[in-house]
Amino acid sequence: MQYMKPQTAAEVSDILARSEGAARILGGGTDLLVQLRSGMIEPETIVDIKHLSGIADITAEDGGLRIGAAVSGQKLGEHEGACAMWPGVVEACELIGSTQVQGRCTMVGNLCNGSPAADSVPAMIAAGAVVRIEGPDGPRDCAVEDIPVSPGKTSLGKGEFVSSVFLPARPKGAADAYLRFIPRTEMDIAVASAAVNIELAEDRTIKSARIALGAVGPKVVLVPDAADAIIGSKLEDPAIAALVRACEAACNPIDDKRGTAEFRTTVAGVLAKRAARIAMTRAGENA
Amino acid sequence: MKNIHVSTTINGDDAEFVCAPEETLLDALRNRLGLSGAKEGCGTGDCGACTVEMDGRLVCSCLVLGAEVQDAQIKTVEGMAIGEALHPLQQAFIDHAALQCGICTPGILVAAKTLLERNPDPSDTEIRYWLAGNLCRCTGYDKIIKAVQIAAADMRGA
Repeated sequence: MQYMKPQTAAEVSDILARSEGAARILGGGTDLLVQLRSGMIEPETIVDIKHLSGIADITAEDGGLRIGAAVSGQKLGEHEGACAMWPGVVEACELIGSTQVQGRCTMVGNLCNGSPAADSVPAMIAAGAVVRIEGPDGPRDCAVEDIPVSPGKTSLGKGEFVSSVFLPARPKGAADAYLRFIPRTEMDIAVASAAVNIELAEDRTIKSARIALGAVGPKVVLVPDAADAIIGSKLEDPAIAALVRACEAACNPIDDKRGTAEFRTTVAGVLAKRAARIAMTRAGENA
Repeated sequence: MKNIHVSTTINGDDAEFVCAPEETLLDALRNRLGLSGAKEGCGTGDCGACTVEMDGRLVCSCLVLGAEVQDAQIKTVEGMAIGEALHPLQQAFIDHAALQCGICTPGILVAAKTLLERNPDPSDTEIRYWLAGNLCRCTGYDKIIKAVQIAAADMRGA
């Protein structure tokens, strides 16, 4: 095995393209090193992307924020602008692992690891986040929901890697929230999760919404029907009931010892309902 | 396999070592540099026994490659005492029996030290959440939380 630390995106892409799938990206390493040591993967090359310019930076862009692929969860949580603008994304990211893992883990790693239970992914999808992908043909942008394909698989092509996530600007009267269910109080993986992003109109009705569910199918899903159920409402009971039904209908979970399919489906609806109420309250507070 | 030469700073001192590409920082500390304070528990980032500080952030050294610490600032449990004078946390852990087998203790001390540098007066809940990545299966957590509180008060001059 060899360890490489390229200085440019083009170099990274070139190494990935030439390696025929035998190279792995090292960002935070909290998934990669576990997979390496368990023998799950045996790459020929480890490509440490932390030496690329701007890769560990959070920068303002078009009223939103661009978050480099090597920005740790802890660094994101320390960024006042990110906490104020996208509280749900930050709280989702901060649920990943322990303090030690937070010192290293990244949103991009969480996304590219391809777990349906990844905490930051539903929040990014609800936020309408877009990733910047570098590849042999130069950079391209892609909606976060189009990256995961199935457990452990992403839609990234040969020689491609994600260099940053862009969280868009948002108007006043908008906010997001993320909730997950775990059997413990911390240090666990979601049994079901839900992220809700809401924008209010002048009259405080919901003007637009995005709702995403995690751990209830082979990949994190955006649920447009759940958003449609609450758009135009002030989150009254009938709208909430319709949101829950839409979320339950979008679930296709596994049955395992951590939660039956039935349980996961029910919990996903409950979490979406609660996250919607939190997002609504937050949106009202900054209207 | 090509060995990698790494120059880094450990507990304020320049350090150099040579490691294999897949070698972890934990293995480099223990086997190349003779710093055996960080312990290998799970090897997967779950137990926190190998906790060290890297560029001001807590990390599991089992989840960091040795090659990654080129030019980094690493702090380990070996750097906590100044000469023979124990760090207030170390003293409090001894005085209040916040340790038993001791495998978890170095990681907990390093983590607690970083917490108190950021927050000199943490609540019990804040300590519990901060140390959630450090597993102890001997002492139980109450004595550890108490020792951290006592050390924190000592360091605040209370």
